[in-house]
Amino acid sequence: MTVPRLFKNGIAVTGLVIIVLYVLIIIVSFFWLPFDPSEMNSQRLLEAPSFTSGHLFGTDEFGRDILSRIMKGTTVSLVISIAATALGASFGILMGIWAGYLGGRWDNGIMRIADVLFSFPSLLLAIFVMAILGENTYNVIIAIGIVYIPQFARISRGSIIALKSNEFVRAARSNGAGRTYILFRHLLPNSMAPIIVQISLSLSVAILLESALSFLGLGVQPPEPSWGNMLSSARKVMMLAPWTAIYPGLAIVTLVLGFNLLGDGLRDILDPRLRNVR
Amino acid sequence: MGRYVVRRLLSLIPVLFGVSLIVFFLVRLIPGTALEMYLGTQVEATPEQMEELKRIFGEDKPVPILYLEWLGDILRGDFGYSLRTGRMVLPDILSRLPLSLELTLFSLILALLIGIPLGIASSLRQNSFGDFVSRIGGLLGLSLPQFWLAALMVMVFSRFRGWIPMGNYVSFFDSPLQNIKMLFFPSLAIGIGFAAVVMRYTRNSMLEVLQMDYIRTAKAKGLKKPSVIYFHALKNAILPVITVTGFNAGYLLGGAIVIEEVFALPGMGRLALYAIYQRDYPIIQAVVMVIATLFVVVNLITDLVYALADPRIRLDDVVR
Repeated sequence: MTVPRLFKNGIAVTGLVIIVLYVLIIIVSFFWLPFDPSEMNSQRLLEAPSFTSGHLFGTDEFGRDILSRIMKGTTVSLVISIAATALGASFGILMGIWAGYLGGRWDNGIMRIADVLFSFPSLLLAIFVMAILGENTYNVIIAIGIVYIPQFARISRGSIIALKSNEFVRAARSNGAGRTYILFRHLLPNSMAPIIVQISLSLSVAILLESALSFLGLGVQPPEPSWGNMLSSARKVMMLAPWTAIYPGLAIVTLVLGFNLLGDGLRDILDPRLRNVR
Repeated sequence: MGRYVVRRLLSLIPVLFGVSLIVFFLVRLIPGTALEMYLGTQVEATPEQMEELKRIFGEDKPVPILYLEWLGDILRGDFGYSLRTGRMVLPDILSRLPLSLELTLFSLILALLIGIPLGIASSLRQNSFGDFVSRIGGLLGLSLPQFWLAALMVMVFSRFRGWIPMGNYVSFFDSPLQNIKMLFFPSLAIGIGFAAVVMRYTRNSMLEVLQMDYIRTAKAKGLKKPSVIYFHALKNAILPVITVTGFNAGYLLGGAIVIEEVFALPGMGRLALYAIYQRDYPIIQAVVMVIATLFVVVNLITDLVYALADPRIRLDDVVR
């Protein structure tokens, strides 16, 4: 029922199209790239974008092709974003639904942990975790995942609490359904709407967080290209060669916008309260 | 209200206690102790010197005792010494805090000045072209990496000398105009994404409120449109905007960390980054602790302002 409505929602479809395009870029990049993204060329340092040279987005300070590096970086960004969101969502949702369902002491204990994690601005928490774990791609996933745990915990707890006093839960219980069964077969599927919206928004924020971390030199380490660390090295040369800073940034903005459009459209579709408003 | 304030203030204690646990013990997870890092691999120390150093670095006691001592120290405002410079950490933080706070405050003000009017305008012409443009613009604002925007600003304005005064940071109290000129673009880079958030919340909340019966009543009894919008609708629609503003003040503070780096402003964020690059853990601990405390306090203030603006929250408390 939701899927056809998704396709009628222009905003969500636009977002979906952008995301699919990026996925296609990833698939293509496995088989073909305009240039070798790590091949340096001292003859063509900081060359401006041009058709004739084949460097459509120009070259960076080592003469590497920027388009190829952006295409290669797409995989890094998207994999980090998906893995971090999956990590944060699975731990957060598990914590949240048990807290919400069991209530009492469990609820209190679990949610106090979430409160503490919530006391750090997300970028600061991610930076702090990176400083402790050390800078590499896997740790970026862990750092962003940790940032997401309390967010998912709060949202899923809220919707479980709103649901658990419903008739159908009592009916299931009187039919002899166990706690775990009720939680995972009845409550969780019914509370997916806000969680799905949150997942979509988390995917977008993860890309921003990853690029900020890499920009600060705390994320994906060169020579592996990521959009953030491309911007980081562009800082030194962007006055001479603006394209080194412009294109990786545009890549971030477009993909993040894609997830935001999808998230916004999904919210329209899944949140009946807002549906009446619009 | 009094009881509500007290209860909320007390709820800060366990949270800050938890924060201090995380800040202290996460740093302990790092392989190697602070002392080993201080000595590096080159320096040789005699056993007696080692004993002395261990005492100075507080590594002669079990970890839980060290935690309690550290907690006692920071409660008295003693954040220890930098591993690199040997200077006390607290004065360094205090001298950099005002800039970061100013940056946060400016970006908050800019975000509200941009976001609220756009949100109202958008809600009044729902589904018009302008509404559509500002909704897409809002999503675009959410999608812009702050540091990229900042870098582009530096890139563009370096060609127009004088737009962003370069050189050393001037405090607001020394030269307000110069200070504001200096911080305007950095604040804009931090605030623009948040302006988008404010716009979206204002719009949605206005749309919800405008459907309410009392708005129809107000219109029906012949009140002028501006009066209905600003006195009846906005007053109620602004509540969720207050909440989201407060909860995002910390996010703006986090944004300040990156933006200070791009604009080379000597705030707390730059201190934190420097400390991270140098593995100067006392400074990292102190900065994280200070920012988290600020964040929690701002959230508390938000809750109190909310309670002040919406009597139902206080009533709820009394009934319970």
